[in-house]
Amino acid sequence: METVVPGEVLAEGMDYLPSFGTYRQKDKIVASRLGLVRVDGRVIKLIPLAGAYLPKKNDRIIAKVSDIAISGWRFDINSAYGAMLSTKEATSEYIRRGADLTRWFNVGDYVVTKITNVTSQNLVDLTMKGRGLKKIVGGRIIKINCTKVPRVIGKKGSMISMIKDKTGCSIIIGQNGFVWIKGKADGELKATKAIKMIEEKSHVKGLTDKVNKFLGSDK
Amino acid sequence: MAYKKRLDGRKPGELRPITAKAGVIDRADGSAYFKIGNTAAYATVYGPRELHPRFLRNPKKGLLRCEYRMMPFSGMGDRVRPGYNRRSKEISMVTEKALSPVVDLSDFPNSVVDVFIDLPETDAGSRCAGICAASIALADAGIPMKDLVVALAAGKVDDMVLVDPNYDEEAYDAEVADIPIAVIPSTNEISLLQMDGIIKKTDLKKAMKLGLKATDKIYKIQRAALKDKYKGGKK
Repeated sequence: METVVPGEVLAEGMDYLPSFGTYRQKDKIVASRLGLVRVDGRVIKLIPLAGAYLPKKNDRIIAKVSDIAISGWRFDINSAYGAMLSTKEATSEYIRRGADLTRWFNVGDYVVTKITNVTSQNLVDLTMKGRGLKKIVGGRIIKINCTKVPRVIGKKGSMISMIKDKTGCSIIIGQNGFVWIKGKADGELKATKAIKMIEEKSHVKGLTDKVNKFLGSDK
Repeated sequence: MAYKKRLDGRKPGELRPITAKAGVIDRADGSAYFKIGNTAAYATVYGPRELHPRFLRNPKKGLLRCEYRMMPFSGMGDRVRPGYNRRSKEISMVTEKALSPVVDLSDFPNSVVDVFIDLPETDAGSRCAGICAASIALADAGIPMKDLVVALAAGKVDDMVLVDPNYDEEAYDAEVADIPIAVIPSTNEISLLQMDGIIKKTDLKKAMKLGLKATDKIYKIQRAALKDKYKGGKK
């Protein structure tokens, strides 16, 4: 795949169709973002190499409580937009009106959560109801660029399960680029380094082998 | 004393040496360095992020906000006082207007993309260097944009029509004109055109033509800077 920059002509003629990250200018298809380009049948696809997180429905993300409102919590989701979690969606137990909400989540806490709805103005609703959605206790949170998340996970989770195995850490990656790592201190450090390495070299071929070598050098 | 030969020996249509690099500042979402002759610019991009003050928010699309600032030691003589002044406010505004036709922030309502342009050394043509750096930095930040923006100055010193004048030429003791131009290469649209000095209509046309011809070289350097960052293996 080839790196392209905004304004670069990707194809000429009406035989091809533009998709995400590209646009048509008369009979040409032009890139509108920095990314890697791939031709899939008639469609020209662009995988972005950089960019901020845009909330999407059904994304599992890691979020940080930034404020507590009357009947819910506001979250920082590593994006230009905040997100709301209402008391109804927070737990299965009944939360009385006027109850002290810090009993469940306090400002500064991290949670694994899911996006239930995104409006046209990017107002985001969250839920804690679902498998694996919980408050995060212990470990550390690191931040990566959200465009690198698929690379860190790897094909069918190959990359991330390798890091988990070799470092003995449990790792959860949010689609928004927050990563939670929990394990022994040296394992956490090693996993952090490996993930940062993947983020930096995400466009390089044969990265899985390189990461394997890095992790295998001293366990 | 007619101006027959340029002070630094360049041809009329020749630019000063250029270097450009993308992703020079780690903590920013996107960044770039652009140096032309002795004029250098760092551009840093943050966002899209939450916009404050709230009254600036636009529910239809995001806002592009630029800030041009010369560093205290960047001038030719006296210390440049940091902070806003009339000149920097004007240049911030024209930079914003030069870049906004290409950036598409319709996916980011109520948010802002901040662009900060810092100049560690200046030797004429600083707003153009700033715009060149900013457009690389915006692309590096992954902001959706139609094209990069190329900017350079054309001008006239005495009787010679030329591009990219340096400070000594702008201060030459004769009739001098300095014309910063910004172009969107894919459509040949002009998004910035200013002028300072005295020039005849025919010479203005000549200068613009000469300037537009030189944009291609800068455009190539900008693209190469972005691609260089992701060198070392195609996936």
